[in-house]
Amino acid sequence: MDFILANLPRFLEGAWMTIQLALFSCSCGLLMALPIALARLSRKRLLSSAATGYVFFFRGTPLLAQIFLIYYGSGQFRHELGAFGLWTFFRDPWFCALLSLTLNTAAYTSEILRGAIQAIPKGEIEAAKALGLNRYLLLRLVILPRAIRIGWPAYTNEVVYQIQATSLVSIITIMDITGVARTVGARDFTFFEAFGLAALLYLILVYGFIFVAGRIEKRLGAHLIRPAAVNKPKLAGNIR
Amino acid sequence: MPDFQGYGWLLLDGLVLTLGVAIASMLGALALGLLAALGKLFAPRAGKILIEVYTTIVRGVPELVLLLLIYYGLPTLVQNTAAKAGYDLSLSINPFVAGIGTLTVIYAAFACEVFRAAYLALPPGQREAAYALGLNPVITFRKVELPQMMRYALPGLGNVWMVLVKATALISIIQLPELMRNADIAARSTRQPFTFFFAACLLYLAITAISMLGQARLERWAARGTTEARS
Repeated sequence: MDFILANLPRFLEGAWMTIQLALFSCSCGLLMALPIALARLSRKRLLSSAATGYVFFFRGTPLLAQIFLIYYGSGQFRHELGAFGLWTFFRDPWFCALLSLTLNTAAYTSEILRGAIQAIPKGEIEAAKALGLNRYLLLRLVILPRAIRIGWPAYTNEVVYQIQATSLVSIITIMDITGVARTVGARDFTFFEAFGLAALLYLILVYGFIFVAGRIEKRLGAHLIRPAAVNKPKLAGNIR
Repeated sequence: MPDFQGYGWLLLDGLVLTLGVAIASMLGALALGLLAALGKLFAPRAGKILIEVYTTIVRGVPELVLLLLIYYGLPTLVQNTAAKAGYDLSLSINPFVAGIGTLTVIYAAFACEVFRAAYLALPPGQREAAYALGLNPVITFRKVELPQMMRYALPGLGNVWMVLVKATALISIIQLPELMRNADIAARSTRQPFTFFFAACLLYLAITAISMLGQARLERWAARGTTEARS
């Protein structure tokens, strides 16, 4: 108890950092995911294989390796990056953490989006075309609203894993919940209390988010019947 | 071909250890997960609640935090408790054991959900037919339910395996000389971090690609004797 009272402010600062990282990387990742998903579904071979390669790389390698590749790996191209004025970004652990988290979640999110777009009944798209909607309107008025409703439960899972994945950036000196726990634990040799409190904070963040996401899911229209394949229970076997 | 400056073998050594840790943890997770799934389905109320608490906690806490809690937290807890009782105790956990233990505990929770869903997907008629033939519950489970469960469980278990392989990279944080750790060592000594981390990425990708092929074959094998609707 004394431990919690003495260290809570620092842990809350760490929690705020974790929330920021999750929020920024998820929103940037979502923005990136749409063009990637559309590229994967494109009939142009070059476009779809580039997107497939991107997704395969970022889903097939550990996030830790991606963080190291960007943060430490960029040092090998220091002069080249410096010539373009990019070195100041890559020297900054915060920027590298955000970049790798974003690239990583973009790959997973694009797969969710692709699955959701493919799960839209063909008749709806044909009907929209028959009504004379052009490609942009078709995407904005028909495909995206439907895809968001279909993919939302799976996307909720992705955000949950993203909240947990942010813990890895503590390794490149970012002071998120895990980073604070490592520092506090090492200072007083109270590793058990420090990591226990960290685990508790992650549990609150994760299940708090799941609660809010469930509310949003209802708002999105529980009256609409979702294709059964995508309608998986939260956090079940479907992990990334 | 990039110049690995003699550190290529270090990467391959790491790859072998990564595979070893992954396979050992997967076997542990399968056994513990099946047990937990059976508990969740059939155990008395208290047991069910206990398993529910376990899977809820494990799925909500990052792997890294659990790993650090087990590797650094448990020994300090024991030492501090012993010190209060007046004993001077020095204790540490082997990184190999801590790594496999953590991954087993985490991925058993996920495998548990996969097995449970697979069991619930079985048509009840299968069980009833087996009982009608006079098979007892244990033999029914082993000969009738488990083989059919595998067909439903394999896609989920394949997913668990691929996530688990990537999660082994975390054990490099507690200095187990697996692929990531050895790539880190090589990167520092040669000052070519990109080369070595990229090579490590390619090795992970190779494991993923081979696993995907293996999974497709296993799924075909588990679905033998069943026909699928073709469109």
